[in-house]
Amino acid sequence: MDESEVRRSITRIAHEIIERNKGAEGVVLVGIAARGDDLARRLAAEIGRIEGRAVPVGALDITFYRDDIGIRAEAPEVHETRIDFDINGWTVVLVDDVLFTGRTIRSALDALVDFGRPTAIQLAVLVDRGHRELPIRADFVGKNVPTRRDEDVRVALREVDGEDAVLVDDPLTSEPGTNRPGTEGMRA
Amino acid sequence: MNGHLLSIHDVSAEEIVRILDTAESFREVGTRVIKKVPALRGRTVVNLFYENSTRTRISFELAAKRLSADVINFSTSGSSVSKGESLKDTALTLQAMGADAIVIRHSSSGAPFTLTRWVKGSVLNAGDGTHEHPTQALLDLYTMRDRLGRLEGLRVAIVGDVLHSRVARSLSFALVKMGAEVTLVGPPTLIPPDAPAWGVQVSHHIGAVLPKLDVCYMLRVQRERQRQQYFPSVREYARLFGLSRERAGMLPDGALVMHPGPMNRGVEIDSDVADLPQAVIEEQVTNGIAVRMSLLYLLLGGSGSQAGGSADEVGAVRLPEEVATGV
Repeated sequence: MDESEVRRSITRIAHEIIERNKGAEGVVLVGIAARGDDLARRLAAEIGRIEGRAVPVGALDITFYRDDIGIRAEAPEVHETRIDFDINGWTVVLVDDVLFTGRTIRSALDALVDFGRPTAIQLAVLVDRGHRELPIRADFVGKNVPTRRDEDVRVALREVDGEDAVLVDDPLTSEPGTNRPGTEGMRA
Repeated sequence: MNGHLLSIHDVSAEEIVRILDTAESFREVGTRVIKKVPALRGRTVVNLFYENSTRTRISFELAAKRLSADVINFSTSGSSVSKGESLKDTALTLQAMGADAIVIRHSSSGAPFTLTRWVKGSVLNAGDGTHEHPTQALLDLYTMRDRLGRLEGLRVAIVGDVLHSRVARSLSFALVKMGAEVTLVGPPTLIPPDAPAWGVQVSHHIGAVLPKLDVCYMLRVQRERQRQQYFPSVREYARLFGLSRERAGMLPDGALVMHPGPMNRGVEIDSDVADLPQAVIEEQVTNGIAVRMSLLYLLLGGSGSQAGGSADEVGAVRLPEEVATGV
């Protein structure tokens, strides 16, 4: 996906969120750091533009809720969590960049219910690449990208990476870590 | 940190920044309605306290509990230690019961280090004799960085009984490591003779130092450790080195007054100075929980084997490798 495809996806997801929830009233967005929080801010801006009212947006770090703490060699690095509104009785749309095994979302659900009891939790992702390990599905998907399990899907965003793009890296043709021109990865 | 936290010398400036940054996230956890995360579920932390303590033991206990670890508090009274059990046998017993981390306070300098030779888990020094108290220094650094925005170039005076203070040692080492300018202030009898080798200044006149400070850090006069007469009387000490209201007025605007607690109000610090808005003594206590959570998380949150990637690879940007492992 390139810049304009990412933009169109965000616009479409924004419309779908409004349609599903019959407006943006009672809806808050919570993005999963890193990247999901940036996407959530963009979605919130888009929804605000369409509906003419601001939507609360927060950031959630799921590090402390991971299921692989103690399995990895080092403690995973922590990001900022900032949910400065009450989620009790609201519909929370979780936002992430890539949906893969579903384990991040499981952690995010655990984290979220520690903040309160939302009326409903929905899930919006920019890319669904398949290979779920848990019974989790997204309510709003920017693009379904069929991948092999060993491939890498990278989402680059203007806010952190300088440009918007979704790239699929094939570990068989491009060695990770090397930066040869032309092997930047296939655009998804 | 090498699996343990025994001394400030064990941590690099870079690691200190990581500890403080991680503590930032744990402070946010402390503001939630449910102040608990499941990060260390199933781990066991033992508080092994051979010396009395209120804030450090409770702070470590809260930190471990907020990480969902199981906590066992062990103090010398009411345990086998009063029957004459040695530190080694106590340590081996705790090891046999599966302690993942031991937080130890002991009146003998070096006891935590000795402990690392007997147990497999992480050892955290919660104060050993007159040697070090590294977690106190780190929470003080956190408080200074949080309030003043930086550590580099900060002008900090550590005032009082430096000779007997493990806090002063750890804090001096940590501040010097982070590029702050440290001045030790006290009567010549209470300044350790090797202090200049720490990279700090020494002064015996508090009045000359106060107007140029960002932080005035008052130490408790540790009468329980003083085996001889170091100053003529408490009243004279208070008059020469205590932080009175008048002296606090000599501090620049925005300068902080800090104290590791417990305070002797009226000795090293006047009662109403301790309650001034620039005195952040209670904030130090609150921040202590977050900093100890950060330390426990960083020490126990990995598998311990250094075989995998470096911290950067699982870091701020979600790199392909991390996507591939799932979460």
